[in-house]
Amino acid sequence: MNQRRSLFVITCIVFGYAFLYIPIFSMVVFSFNASKLVTVWDSANSPTLKWYHALLHNNEILDAAWISVKVALINACGAVILGTLAGFALARFARFRGRFVLSAMTTAPLVMPEVITGLSLLLLFVALEQAVGWPAGRGITTMTIAHMTFSMAYVTVVVQSRLATFDMSLEEAAMDLGARPLKVFFVITLPIVFPAVLSGWLLAFTLSWDDLVISSFTSGPGSSTLPMVVFSKVRLGVSPEINVLATITISVVTIIIVGVSLWMARSKRIATSPA
Amino acid sequence: MPKPTDPALKASPWTDSDAKPYVRVEKLTKSFGEFKAVDDVSLNIYQGEIFCLLGASGCGKTTLLRMLGGFEKPSSGRIFIDGEDMTGVPPYERPVNMMFQSYALFPHMTVEQNVAFGLKQDRVAKAEIRERVATMLELVKLGGFAQRKPHQLSGGQKQRVALARSLVKRPKLLLLDEPLGALDKKLREHTQFELIGLQHRLGVTFVVVTHDQEEAMTLASRIGVMDHGEIVQSGTPSEIYEFPSSKFVADFIGSVNIFEGRLIEDEPAYVRIASPELGGIIHVGHGISAASDTVVWAAVRPEKINMSTEAPTATDNVARGAVQDIAYLGDLSIYLVKLPTGKVVRVTQPNTSRHAEAITWDQQVYLSWDDSSPVVVTR
Ligand SMILES: Nc1ncnc2c1ncn2[C@@H]1O[C@H](COP(=O)(O)OP(=O)(O)OP(=O)(O)O)[C@@H](O)[C@H]1O
Ligand SMILES: [Mg+2]
Repeated sequence: MNQRRSLFVITCIVFGYAFLYIPIFSMVVFSFNASKLVTVWDSANSPTLKWYHALLHNNEILDAAWISVKVALINACGAVILGTLAGFALARFARFRGRFVLSAMTTAPLVMPEVITGLSLLLLFVALEQAVGWPAGRGITTMTIAHMTFSMAYVTVVVQSRLATFDMSLEEAAMDLGARPLKVFFVITLPIVFPAVLSGWLLAFTLSWDDLVISSFTSGPGSSTLPMVVFSKVRLGVSPEINVLATITISVVTIIIVGVSLWMARSKRIATSPA
Repeated sequence: MPKPTDPALKASPWTDSDAKPYVRVEKLTKSFGEFKAVDDVSLNIYQGEIFCLLGASGCGKTTLLRMLGGFEKPSSGRIFIDGEDMTGVPPYERPVNMMFQSYALFPHMTVEQNVAFGLKQDRVAKAEIRERVATMLELVKLGGFAQRKPHQLSGGQKQRVALARSLVKRPKLLLLDEPLGALDKKLREHTQFELIGLQHRLGVTFVVVTHDQEEAMTLASRIGVMDHGEIVQSGTPSEIYEFPSSKFVADFIGSVNIFEGRLIEDEPAYVRIASPELGGIIHVGHGISAASDTVVWAAVRPEKINMSTEAPTATDNVARGAVQDIAYLGDLSIYLVKLPTGKVVRVTQPNTSRHAEAITWDQQVYLSWDDSSPVVVTR
């Protein structure tokens, strides 16, 4: 019985992970393919770094990647500041009037279809430009603002749920020892919930990095992000360069995720061990 | 009971009507919605005291303490500390420190940084901080633990770090919420005496919350017994034990036998109470302030009852019953004696000799007590 159950579990795991990782794995393999056709393996000349070389000289993709990095970085920092403040307010002032409405409103962007968010932001930017002359046209600025509006909601949820289990007597003890509330926030609360803030930052960065729909609505000429460029290229047929790009992205993401999880597992052990 | 050794401090300032209380609480009330967690409490606490707030779970001890610390805003009433009105003053501006029930050590700081935190807020010079922290850690016997993080400490060590952290600023008043709750019995007793010693040396006024009456008796110069948000009696441990003012207090502090009865003779020098529960008359050797023929309760402590197999000569303060149960506790034994009326009386006898004439199960015994032993309460 036990034997069979574990066999079943193993089968599930194998199929589940295969489903998740075979596409990625094949993509990585094909990034070393010499053939111009992504679906044909040129065994005579492969593996090769030919397409890696080509990618590094493709200015269109490099420019788009640089724009994506800029937008994602600014967005992540802004969203973390706004989201942490909102999460703090929601977690702390447990019974202020309108808390429920506010909390529902901050989480609404999580369930709102992206098309609607993108469209409404576009309309807002156009209306603002006509009314006050800012923002002048659409570009990196409008795109970053748009990204912040939805990624902030994710940060809020992450920070709020961490603060919900935060031992309030730590803050009271700090105040008791003479620290004013603002100082308590920066010296006690923030360092202790920092892992949550960091995951919020990474989440916001990732959301912005691979956003396509909202970016398309709010970007302007000359401000195409990487996903937009990739998407338009793929519609004309998949080039092996895209495989290379994907492989590089996956490698970077893997390294960051593994590093951060190791670091967080360590600090979590410290934070949750009873004080 | 330890008394303050500082000659500047009176042995019992609460009996002196001229003494100025260090903490004065006036008609303090805290409501959470309809519910009154602390109800119209007035209290004076004097310099150098260890004042224990004692009461069952949920009776409002922590809430009262938190109001003294400034963490909870009173619904009405005032708090004066050292003559100054502190009612609306935030915690970071009060000359008071608190030791939290959960210790609340900062998990991301070392023991040393935890203890230094309060001094840093006051911008004390670095060298002085280092010195005072080191002295404090020596005092609580944690000299070698300065660089540890809180999660690397045992419960008792954490408790001592929390104590050091709250004492390092040399507060005039220290609030302690169940300071020894997390410790095992042996360590707790040991730490109780350490606390008393520390308090003597530093001359700090302590307000200690506890629900352990033994702990309160050991620590306190005075005890305030709380029930449903009110202080029902405050006094020295022996006052509370010997002269409880109500059935609740008598029952809460130690164990006691309570006999309901009717006042039949009410003289200035003595009273007599007819108690159907006892099946006899209780004679009390002092007058009380209650009208004749009212229902009163006589409380008799188990250790004040004599038990013998021979009938005593007196007719009052006597009962006869059968031993229903015996618990041997080493230094003393507890006997439960069932009277013919059905009432079970608790009697404790010290085991002074190893082979006393053994009273055993189901034996008929006579119970009697001195006329100074019962305490009569009217509520
Ligand atoms: N923030 C709050 N909101 C509502 N009710 C509260 C709040 N804090 C305390 N109470 C209520 O007030 C009463 C007294 O609480 P308190 O914490 O002072 O009890 P306590 O005497 O310290 O009990 P324990 O010995 O269990 O710690 C309890 O019935 C509790 O439910
Ligand atoms: Mg409590």
